[in-house]
Amino acid sequence: MNLTAQTREKIAKTFIWAAAVLVLAVLTAIIADILIKGLPVINFSFLTEIPRSMGRAGGVASPIVGTVLITLLAVTIAVPFGIGTALYLAEYTKDGIITRLIRFSAESLAGIPSIVYGLFGFIFFVIYLGLGWSILSGGLTLAFMILPTIIRTAEEAIRSVPLSFREASYSLGATKTQTIFKVVFPSAIRGITNGIILSVGRCIAETAAVMLTAGSALQLPSSILDPTRTMAVHFYILAVEGISAENAYGTAALLIILIFLINVVANMLVNRFVAKGR
Amino acid sequence: MDRNPKISIRDFNFFFDKKQVIFDLNLDISKNEIFAVFGPAGSGITTLLRALNRLVEMTSDAKAQGEILLDGKSIYSENMNVTDLRRKVGMVFDVPTPLPISIFENIVYGPRLSGIRNKSELNDIAEKALREAALWDDVKDRLNIAAMSLSGGQQQRLCIARVLALKPEVVLLDRPCSGLDPISTAKIEESLIQLKKQFTIIIAPHNIQQAARISDRAAFMLLGHLIEEGTNEDIFVKANKDSRTNDYITGRFG
Ligand SMILES: Nc1ncnc2c1ncn2[C@@H]1O[C@H](COP(=O)(O)OP(=O)(O)OP(=O)(O)O)[C@@H](O)[C@H]1O
Ligand SMILES: [Mg+2]
Repeated sequence: MNLTAQTREKIAKTFIWAAAVLVLAVLTAIIADILIKGLPVINFSFLTEIPRSMGRAGGVASPIVGTVLITLLAVTIAVPFGIGTALYLAEYTKDGIITRLIRFSAESLAGIPSIVYGLFGFIFFVIYLGLGWSILSGGLTLAFMILPTIIRTAEEAIRSVPLSFREASYSLGATKTQTIFKVVFPSAIRGITNGIILSVGRCIAETAAVMLTAGSALQLPSSILDPTRTMAVHFYILAVEGISAENAYGTAALLIILIFLINVVANMLVNRFVAKGR
Repeated sequence: MDRNPKISIRDFNFFFDKKQVIFDLNLDISKNEIFAVFGPAGSGITTLLRALNRLVEMTSDAKAQGEILLDGKSIYSENMNVTDLRRKVGMVFDVPTPLPISIFENIVYGPRLSGIRNKSELNDIAEKALREAALWDDVKDRLNIAAMSLSGGQQQRLCIARVLALKPEVVLLDRPCSGLDPISTAKIEESLIQLKKQFTIIIAPHNIQQAARISDRAAFMLLGHLIEEGTNEDIFVKANKDSRTNDYITGRFG
């Protein structure tokens, strides 16, 4: 076949355009379906009451609390360790056996199915350390699950900060540590935040690993040693056991709204405080 | 011969890994002069400038041999404080390197690091540096906008201002005018001639004409070797001692 460059260009454009439209259409359809069926369920009492009769009635207050606590715990643990490791890999070592080993482990761990983390968390935190089904066990397990993602995204973001920024900073009398904190880190914060948001999303959406480690209790937890149920687990149980399709949709809609809000707020914070002038 | 050169380079050799890029260099640079180092691409001029403030070792696997003395003190000695050295020996790179912060924050970056916190003192430093770099009138109403949003020429003058704010003793300029229009270039050259009263300036000029226009003394380097050095007149007016210098200046090679 002998096509002119323009014809090829047109064909390529059509394909790319069609692919984009298709993906967008499917996504919109799914989200629209959930919101249309779920939003009418959401009202004040749905947000503030704990589930009654297995979730057939009442609201989702305790799953909301469980989700927030487990996610917060996981992120609070994983973010400092993840960023620390990324800084170490990107700034403080030359490429060698150790860095390659760490990077290889992180990459392998990122690809492991979450149920495996769940099993590990169940055996190690729940049974061996005796933490039981609890927010603590769930948060620790999810921290391990998201750690590789945070390390990889943060390292990539740190590495992509131009050399010229570092050189300019050194040439103005900054030490390496000053350069990292004043120049490199703020320039990488967007990429790092993206990794964190991604991880928060994974925590919120996780079912298998949290069910195995935090349980599926319906009452409000009174400490992080209590078992709990996250929204995703609640949704899963409602749907799979055919308890209430209506409340399942309400929970799903709430999940979508939550993730959307987290994205918006995180980006606003970054723009407002750190990325000024960048 | 200057008995008390500001910078004295003695039997200096420089290596990247195993590759040698500067060979047995000996050079004295006097206080308050503009010293131009020029030569064809790959002569090791950028490397030499970056060795003078020990920046080169921060980002690559490099080894220096021999001595570089600043006011008679070896900059490679154990007890040399490298961040102090870089404040004393300021550098402007061959491409503008504004930090991704505001104009004002770029200029006070160095002074802040050296412990100046007082807002009005920082304001004064910024204004003085911007005036000296001939940028004040362009930016005085918008010091808080992102430095990256300035034009290339303005960015380079900002980088010069940023160095001046350090109150350095020596200023290294690596082709500070490459990519600049003739008007910006003229402004920068005027400033440099003013500024040599305060500093010692070592410049990699962006062409021979610039070296001839502004330098007091100059050195010609070729593939890491110093070929010839002398006063502006020696190098650009009189007959050259080395025919390779003459060939390069008259454009017969390079
Ligand atoms: N980081 C580095 N690692 C290895 N080799 C390098 C490095 N930087 C420079 N070189 C090599 O050192 C030699 C001198 O380079 P340098 O940049 O100092 O030359 P220059 O005179 O400034 O050239 P130009 O006129 O192109 O700016 C070149 O052969 C270059 O390839
Ligand atoms: Mg160069």
